[in-house]
Amino acid sequence: MIDFELQPEVVNAKNMIHMLAEQAMRPISREYDEREHEKPWDFLNMMWNASQSSNPVTFGDGKAKKDAGPSFRNLQSAVTIEELSWGDAGLYLSIPNPGLGGAAVAAAGTPEQKQRFLARFRGGEPKWGAMAITEPGCGSDSAAITTTAVRDGDHWVINGTKIFVTSGLMAAEKSDGFVVVWATVDKSAGRAGIKAFVVERGTPGMTVTKVEHKMGIRASDTAAIVFEDCRIPADNLLGSAEVKKTTEGFKGVMATFDATRPAVAASAIGIGRAAVDFVREILEKEGVKIRYGISPKKLTTLERDFMDMEAHLQAARLLTWRASWMMDQGMHNNLEASMSKAKAGLAVTQVTQKAVELLGPLGYSRKYLLEKWLRDAKINDIFEGTQQINLMIIARRILGYSSKELN
Amino acid sequence: MVSFQPSEEQQLIRDTVAAFASEQVRPRAHEADEAGVIPSDVIQQGWELGLVQSAIPEAYGGSGDTRSAVTGALVAEELAWGDLSTALHLLAPRLVVYPVLEMGTPQQKERILKAYAGAKFCAGSAAVMEPRWDFDLAALSATARGQNGSYVLNGAKCYVPLGDEAAHLLIYAATDGREDYAGVSGFLVERDTPGLKIVEREKNMGLKGLSTHEIILENCRVPAANRLGGETGCDFAKLMNYSRVALASMAVGVARAAFEYARDYAKERKAFGVAIAQKQTIAFMLAEMALEIDATRLLTWEAAWKLDRGEDATREAYLAKNYASNMVLKVTDNAVQVLGGHGYIREHPVEMWARNGRGFAVFEGLAIV
Repeated sequence: MIDFELQPEVVNAKNMIHMLAEQAMRPISREYDEREHEKPWDFLNMMWNASQSSNPVTFGDGKAKKDAGPSFRNLQSAVTIEELSWGDAGLYLSIPNPGLGGAAVAAAGTPEQKQRFLARFRGGEPKWGAMAITEPGCGSDSAAITTTAVRDGDHWVINGTKIFVTSGLMAAEKSDGFVVVWATVDKSAGRAGIKAFVVERGTPGMTVTKVEHKMGIRASDTAAIVFEDCRIPADNLLGSAEVKKTTEGFKGVMATFDATRPAVAASAIGIGRAAVDFVREILEKEGVKIRYGISPKKLTTLERDFMDMEAHLQAARLLTWRASWMMDQGMHNNLEASMSKAKAGLAVTQVTQKAVELLGPLGYSRKYLLEKWLRDAKINDIFEGTQQINLMIIARRILGYSSKELN
Repeated sequence: MVSFQPSEEQQLIRDTVAAFASEQVRPRAHEADEAGVIPSDVIQQGWELGLVQSAIPEAYGGSGDTRSAVTGALVAEELAWGDLSTALHLLAPRLVVYPVLEMGTPQQKERILKAYAGAKFCAGSAAVMEPRWDFDLAALSATARGQNGSYVLNGAKCYVPLGDEAAHLLIYAATDGREDYAGVSGFLVERDTPGLKIVEREKNMGLKGLSTHEIILENCRVPAANRLGGETGCDFAKLMNYSRVALASMAVGVARAAFEYARDYAKERKAFGVAIAQKQTIAFMLAEMALEIDATRLLTWEAAWKLDRGEDATREAYLAKNYASNMVLKVTDNAVQVLGGHGYIREHPVEMWARNGRGFAVFEGLAIV
């Protein structure tokens, strides 16, 4: 039955996380935006400790297990990620957890690998996982990866340069984490030759060469990592080493995106909601009423803009819930995941732009967080697949085209 | 518990209506648009689906099924996907049946409902809109003045579906000078009431298959017993929320029709050696259309769901309807654009959908869930 009421468990989680966002994130939000590259250790330690006693808040960690009964893990992730990002998207992204690297291990790893790489997130000091796909010469075109992995006895030897690795510094050097690196084992095989490898923190040959200065989400480190004859055990390869004629392996890794895209959409929505809430608060304080129900022709520009912000945000949220719900149901959600991401990335970019415009000097001033939310929002239109890449995926799906037929 | 899956019963109804829309309605839509009339056999077959009768209690000859706005949204989308004029014609009786069902006095139910539980299509209608550029649901200009146990109605109404054949007309007017939602009452008016003038059929840009009429009220005296809900009156705001959900769903149906047609055309039509759908300009247009159609449907479902829970859904229904009005405009226009010159030719249905789609920003109260 069509129903939009969140499960009581999800509501509880949402309320709890909201309180956390309000009390632990908002107060330090501006500080760690300005002090780029410094870590809010009190907050990170607190989040790490909290994750020890409950289910860690992670990116969607895969499809529902068969016969596991109804699940709402991914929906709950979407809801809680929205709350955390309402608090601060940069801080949310910097929370110690398996991250995208963990999502790849969870999606493509063997039970032994899952144990070896993921068990560390229980106990000890805070840890991070990261995923390295993008290279200086290829972003959206993941299949054009030039980083190589060559088999040498019981090892793989990795060479290449990766950029834009979220939490890359923390995962590669500053904690007992790991980086999942995409590399080709056979350039001539194209996509089929691309495999994912887990590189443990501090492996010789892996060096963080740069931490980027960004427009927004400044509390989160975005690293460039160079691999120079970086030697890793053979069994750090996720999935099969065999280069098949088909692109199954590549698709397997791409499937991670079906889980992570709704998560990015949810984060975008959290930022957009922060902006809408702020505008609403100011309008209420000034006694400006938003009149639902009158002829749209009679609305003021401000009312019309505000309602547009609300409607686009809610549309994005419902698309995101749907994509997450489908994953919980074990349904294939490739199309819907891209829809949620394409909509949320664009909607929230526009919502925050409009919010700054509506509040004029208050919007543009660093005295308030709104201008920061605008800067934070934009990344959601870019990472985990740009808006355009997601439109491409949607187009292929609705047209029944392969990547060869539509590119 | 969040779910995006219709219940089994809803899915059955949806499938039935979808099959009717694709097998009976769509093939005759062009003909109806050109001729200005919906084929009577289509209307009769549509009637036999029981879409109006189902919610009427058994005591009045109906099936006594639970009425649901979500189900109504599903039905409205499918029918409008077939053809908007046909959908509005078929569902017009709901405009009088549903308000009476939910807010009518026992006498009103007794008097009205039976007529719509029969084997033959029975036209019913409501008059909501007014022929003014600044028409506003929140400020109706038609008035009803209480006077010695009756009401005297004055003003003009327009876009009254089946106005010339409706067995019952439910006319909305501002009571006693109060023009906000709470001040509006509905009046069940007999067609031969003195002072009620049904003007000749309107000629519109779209909805050409649907017969709509302007109505003039000149000191039209209606017994107080005909006021919807009697002394307590009706909840006009709620009725208009039902209407917004219905119209938003229909906008989704029209948009989906246009999207699917453009999608299929783009895969067939070759240019520069490939199907035009293989060009990003076209492919991205289609992707955005698909995405926005889904987004609008979800907004509409949410508003409908809220109504079914008995909660105030003014904000949700209003936002969904406005969102849908913009969306359908853009999607149907894009569909014409994808077909290029061919889209402008009436042999293809996309220009009709663009004409029909334009109306949603204007329409209020033409359908109800």
